Amino acid sequence: MLRYAVKRIALAVVILITVMVAMYAMVFLVPGDPASLALGPRATPELKELLRERMGLDEPVLMQVWHFFHNAATGDLGYDVWSKRPVLDQILEFFPNTLVLGVTALGWAVVLGVALGCAAVVWRGTVTDRILGILSVGLISVPAFVVAIYAILIFAVWLRWLPAIGAGTPGDFGSQARALILPAFALGIGWVGYLARLVRASLLEVMGENYIRTARAFGLPERKVVFRYALRVAIIPTIALLAVGLGSILSSAVFVETVFGRPGIGTLITGAVQKRNYPVVMGTVLFMTAFYLFVVTAADLLIARLDPRVRDVFRR
Amino acid sequence: MSEPVLSVENLSLRYRVPGGTVAALRSVSIAVRQGEVLGIAGESGCGKSTLAAAMIDLTGANAEITSGTVRLRGQDILSLSRDSRRRLRGREIAMVFQDPMTAFSPVLTVGEQLVDFQFNINDVPRREKWIRAQHMLARVGLTDPDLAMSRFPHELSGGMRQRAAIAAALLMRPAVLIADEPTTALDVTMEAQIVHLLRELQADYRCAIVIVTHHLGVIAELCDRVAVMYAGEVVEEAPVDVLYHDPRHPYTRALLACDPALIEEATGRLPAIGGRLPDLAHPPPGCAFAERCRLSTERCRIVPPPRVALGPDRSALCHEVAP
Amino acid sequence: MSSGGRFRALRALLADPMGTLGLGLVLLFVAMALFAPWVAPADPIKLNVVEKFQPPSLAHFAGTDHLGRDLLSRIVFGARTALSIALTSVGLAGLGGLILGMIAGIGPRWLDAVLVLMFDSMSSLPMIMFALAVITIVGPGTGTLILVVVLVSIPAYARLIRAQTLGLAGADFIVAERAMGASSARILFRHLLPNVVGPLVILLSMDVPVVIMLEAGLSYLNLGVRPPTPSWGNILYDGYTSIRSAPYMVLVAGLPLVLSTLGFTFLGEGLRDALDPKLRRGEP
Repeated sequence: MLRYAVKRIALAVVILITVMVAMYAMVFLVPGDPASLALGPRATPELKELLRERMGLDEPVLMQVWHFFHNAATGDLGYDVWSKRPVLDQILEFFPNTLVLGVTALGWAVVLGVALGCAAVVWRGTVTDRILGILSVGLISVPAFVVAIYAILIFAVWLRWLPAIGAGTPGDFGSQARALILPAFALGIGWVGYLARLVRASLLEVMGENYIRTARAFGLPERKVVFRYALRVAIIPTIALLAVGLGSILSSAVFVETVFGRPGIGTLITGAVQKRNYPVVMGTVLFMTAFYLFVVTAADLLIARLDPRVRDVFRR
Repeated sequence: MSEPVLSVENLSLRYRVPGGTVAALRSVSIAVRQGEVLGIAGESGCGKSTLAAAMIDLTGANAEITSGTVRLRGQDILSLSRDSRRRLRGREIAMVFQDPMTAFSPVLTVGEQLVDFQFNINDVPRREKWIRAQHMLARVGLTDPDLAMSRFPHELSGGMRQRAAIAAALLMRPAVLIADEPTTALDVTMEAQIVHLLRELQADYRCAIVIVTHHLGVIAELCDRVAVMYAGEVVEEAPVDVLYHDPRHPYTRALLACDPALIEEATGRLPAIGGRLPDLAHPPPGCAFAERCRLSTERCRIVPPPRVALGPDRSALCHEVAP
Repeated sequence: MSSGGRFRALRALLADPMGTLGLGLVLLFVAMALFAPWVAPADPIKLNVVEKFQPPSLAHFAGTDHLGRDLLSRIVFGARTALSIALTSVGLAGLGGLILGMIAGIGPRWLDAVLVLMFDSMSSLPMIMFALAVITIVGPGTGTLILVVVLVSIPAYARLIRAQTLGLAGADFIVAERAMGASSARILFRHLLPNVVGPLVILLSMDVPVVIMLEAGLSYLNLGVRPPTPSWGNILYDGYTSIRSAPYMVLVAGLPLVLSTLGFTFLGEGLRDALDPKLRRGEP
């Protein structure tokens, strides 16, 4: 297990470095100079020079690359000349909002998705199962931000039940919770479908396996058969999906946050993109990638803990 | 001692399928005594696996027992509550399945599962269950039982897994061990080892063993008595030597004639039994084998054949057999 | 795959109501996109400020937007934008994945290792984030979008192709063919491609809705196609800003997005069921 863990983490680090290299390479491959692009055509040469210096662009390429890696490793993702704050500070200020939104969205999606998946198994073969199946597929395909806008239309404009904009007043848990409802709903709805289907498929597959029959043949009570023998195996694909889901939801949050005017990584990065503020953009993308890799690696390690067959994957 | 430890009496079972029902067992009566090894032979689809499942009460949600009973030491099992029946499994009646590769859960160690399987013994501490399991693994021929206990099933070979499955089945010293095609998924060498193992264990523990298989060679090696099944019925029953040397039922004779190992003259062709199994969704009124039988008459097709006693422990289900 | 096999799949698809619905919707939107200039009742770019904010009526089936442009026409042309971008990028990604996957499967071990590392890296980058990064550097536009989608989607296809190639390379009949002197190219074309087409097409059709959503989302943020080219995302944004005064706009703009993504997803699911019934677990 330990050997697998070490190898897996090493792989994640290598991937992260590769991504960083690729992103940084992109900056240099593009014609044009980031400072002029950022400031626009009317910038004076002095201003550009100042910005270049601030962004560290006046140094030789290799030095820049070295700086970038060195800084990233020590947690310095650059300096944002617009807001005059370190990039990492801004990210850390906005990230918790997005994380709360993402976790809430995935949370309710898990609860409903697992429930629907189990329901489909209990009533398998009936009309209910077919309806749930189509519903699941339908839910997968609807885009989150369209749902968001429709939800605003229905619940905020017509019914006026919930707020359309903002994250609520800081310190007022109630208003924050209310402001969270629609965004979390819109963000999570696609995942209900995925999870319901996956849980259904996993459970059905596992319940049909021979080792379930063996457990019953030795007189184990059904409760033990389901929890210790069926669920332990069936849950594994779900964990894998949830890990990817968290990463994906945090990205989709970009749009949902914009629609709802919620402060978060989404608003941070879209604002930066529009201003061509590339330290912030790069820093944010890097941060999110690192977070995604962290979540996926952690999930993989959890899965390896649960399913011993996985640990042999690195052996050729 | 001559009272059977497990007996099936006129058991009829059918499966509910889309469009109706399929008769899987048609008034089957079979018994096995303590210390005896009974073989149940027949081709695919004859109902032997269903019979095995019925003996251990693992028949599945769409199975329906329409008549008859299963008795363990004289007591009617089917009339017990579901919970009581469950408590018998492993403890009094245990089963070894055909495919060792999928018989164990992949995410628990062999030891954990062997301890789990002793669920129906109460008042024994977990530590002791672990030791019992370890001893049993040694008994079935695993060379390093301690290591095997901490291994996951996929780390053991097929032969080792089947041995472990047999060990599991014997852990609680059941009165009856049912083995459903125990060697079919193994290669010939392993098959021989398992057969040998079963013989040894049977000599030691004196439990009754029921072996379900289509492999006549295994039956010849292991069994004291054989029951041949066809289309959900027992068509012939006899001590093993008697059956092989003097088969009486036309089906048994055809079956033995088909076994390549028993063919004495090389004819250049493999014999086969012409025709097909009857459709058990609509069972025929008379003898199920009549369509394919060389001796069949008009009576055979219409009138159900009688069970003709041919001697002690010997019978055949046929019109054309003389006692 | 024989032609009989291909038609069998089609028939299976049509037998499934979900698959048929999906196919119908997809064909509808494809037709809309192809024949946009003839289908649209009016010029989508033509301003007519006098008629701004007209709710749906006989003259304008979907109403008009804040600049008086006919919404139905904009939606029809928006289909052209969405589908052309989606199908182009997914198609290119599929092709790229096919080639890279085959190279990874057949080529030397070190190349395979490098490629796999690249694939894993590309798929760790959330598509939206990567798109935003590229847009920051290169600037928004259709080309950027297609580039981003291709780069991020290739790994999934490449992995599939690679797995199939690796699996095939060891198969006995391949060894036999090689023994008879068949070249790698011949083996690839005759054996790999037919086996791989099915799963690849399924993956492709599942990715199309993702790209449609991405394009719409980016256009919504004004980081996608440049106005005045109609895009469902643009229209949605216009509707959003006037959500209180002209609620019909968001309804009308969101509908094609929902229906097209639904259609492609249903089609993908239907194809998956049609091409491999074994995947239908637990159905009676």
